[in-house]
Amino acid sequence: MSLIAIEGLRKSYGEHEVLKGIDLEVAKGEVVAVIGKSGSGKSTLLRCVNGLEAINGGSITVDGARLAGDEAHLRALRLKVGMIFQQFNLFPHKTAGQNVMLAQQVVKKTGKAAAEAMARRMLDRVGLGEKFGAYPDQLSGGQQQRVAIARALAMEPMALLCDEITSALDPELVGEVLQVVRGLAAEGMTLMMVTHEMAFARDVCSRVVFMHQGRVHEAGPPGEVFANPRTPELQSFLGRVA
Amino acid sequence: MTQFTLLDILRNLVFATQWTVILSLVSFIGGGLLGLGLLVLRIGGGRIFAPVVRVYVELFQGTPLLMQLFLAFFGLGLFGIDVPPWLAAAVALILWTAAFLTEIWRGCVEAVPKGQWEASASLGMSYVEQMRHVVLPQALKIAIPPTVGFSVQVVKGTALTSIIGFTELSKAGTVLSNATFQPFTVYGLVALIYFALCFPLSQAARHLERKMNVAHRH
Amino acid sequence: MTYEFDFAWLAGYWPVFARGVAMTIRLILVGGVLGIALGIFCAWGRALGPRWLRPLVALYVELIRNTPFLIQLFFIFFGLPAAGFRLNEVEAASLAMVINLGAYSAEIIRAGIEATPRGQFEAGASLALSPLQTFRHVVLIPALQKIWPALASQVVIVMLGSAVVSQIAVEDLTFAANFAQSRTFRAFEAYFLSTAIYLALAILLRFLLLRLGDLLFPHKRGAR
Repeated sequence: MSLIAIEGLRKSYGEHEVLKGIDLEVAKGEVVAVIGKSGSGKSTLLRCVNGLEAINGGSITVDGARLAGDEAHLRALRLKVGMIFQQFNLFPHKTAGQNVMLAQQVVKKTGKAAAEAMARRMLDRVGLGEKFGAYPDQLSGGQQQRVAIARALAMEPMALLCDEITSALDPELVGEVLQVVRGLAAEGMTLMMVTHEMAFARDVCSRVVFMHQGRVHEAGPPGEVFANPRTPELQSFLGRVA
Repeated sequence: MTQFTLLDILRNLVFATQWTVILSLVSFIGGGLLGLGLLVLRIGGGRIFAPVVRVYVELFQGTPLLMQLFLAFFGLGLFGIDVPPWLAAAVALILWTAAFLTEIWRGCVEAVPKGQWEASASLGMSYVEQMRHVVLPQALKIAIPPTVGFSVQVVKGTALTSIIGFTELSKAGTVLSNATFQPFTVYGLVALIYFALCFPLSQAARHLERKMNVAHRH
Repeated sequence: MTYEFDFAWLAGYWPVFARGVAMTIRLILVGGVLGIALGIFCAWGRALGPRWLRPLVALYVELIRNTPFLIQLFFIFFGLPAAGFRLNEVEAASLAMVINLGAYSAEIIRAGIEATPRGQFEAGASLALSPLQTFRHVVLIPALQKIWPALASQVVIVMLGSAVVSQIAVEDLTFAANFAQSRTFRAFEAYFLSTAIYLALAILLRFLLLRLGDLLFPHKRGAR
């Protein structure tokens, strides 16, 4: 059974329909790259899966539980699915370690010692074990994003959603973040990522989904999608990016 | 004892309100003019006058308006004049208003981007010309919302003049409350009248500020 | 001007002034702590609270901000007993200050909350924090930090405004000056002295509040 199942998903902002019926399934351990032009709805799709946007039609099911709009369901969903943002969104008044500890203590009611041990483990995992006491504004963009990944991992989610997580980074900092994601993929973490890093998508992802005008326009294994794009839209998109 | 109806109370309060309004206008206009003078000294007054104005502002912003009223009332008396409450009230409120407006307007002048000074200087304008043609017109625009907003503080500030014996809305409230033994009704009405005076000013200030923010974004 | 200043009488009155200063400090301590707490609650209510709460908070804030503190004080002390709610003068003064500061600080703190980047709310939500938990742990502290200087100024303003509580016979610093001048007939000197003390208190209070801000918000500002 698929971990994330999206059926007939629709989302509008006022008159403007951004998602026009999305069907997509993500199996456990799969790494899915969502690509497409800006405005194609790919970020909105990810935000819907995390319940950050209310949906107008269709359904989203995560681990067998259907997403509903009420508080309890949303929180249950978010315990299963973590999210990493383009702008990192670290909490500026908390150290890297406290950023990772906060939700464990507040949401899961984990004790301070256990939360701290988990935070240290997760920061080690993203290569920032020595930055436990550093505040976000003392860290580079790449380091902040790695802390954000550690923060999401500490909640032990079943899947991670990555929304253009390297787009706000200086080019020389992109590699360290992708390295961490590559490691997660290798360990079998289920990942759904909106990305512009085509080379990374080709190397690491098990499937590529090309979105165009609010629909899944083409999808398949990266070898196929990148080597033989069937539709002119994907051909032109790949031509522009490559 | 005469019986006061609600209408009687209201009529007396509204009558007293005219003194609140007049004192507010005098304080605001007088304070504005004095504040403008102080502003010139604060910005262009060099090493002697600018610090003097700064201390003036600090003193008036750092002490209670009530104390300023007392000092005006008893201080003017030291000159051997018999000081009527309205005079002490007007003097103190004008000095107090001037201090706050000077500070508000200084902020507005400083909010004009440095590039405007540099651009006008590069066109060969003198300091006065820069002020007159480039900086002040822009500062004036930013200054309107907070200035209107401060007028609310002036209206509320006039309430304190009742304590030195000036008969305006608050004083009338005290007198009527004592005469009618209906403090709840009387002070409730007094509050509502102040609200009727101040709320439109607050709303206008907010509206102007919002309009300006929108204009700035485009 | 032939008037000669005379502060010699002061020797006999310094305990009166000292008690007055103590009362003024006590009032601003209570008013400051509870007023800011009320302000935080109202700011939350107006910016993020349930829909029914928002207009109520707005009404309270506008009513207080558009009426003089003196009248609020009189209404509480003289008016409320008529409605069966009796307070002694110190309680009435404290309550008036809490209510007054609560309204002003609500607006100041709300500005801080509304300046919070949306991403902070979303990050909290995505970590399964409830809206209230997100407010408490993620939004509140940076919001307070942003507006702390303005909040400190407002507390000083309320302290200075508390001079009028002498009108309901609270024995504060102004009361001490009134008392001294009525006995010595040295009105100008008495008010000059109390004004100087208020100025010193204002400077000290502002300094302490800003230091407190440094302690509460030790980290530098920067990343979003």
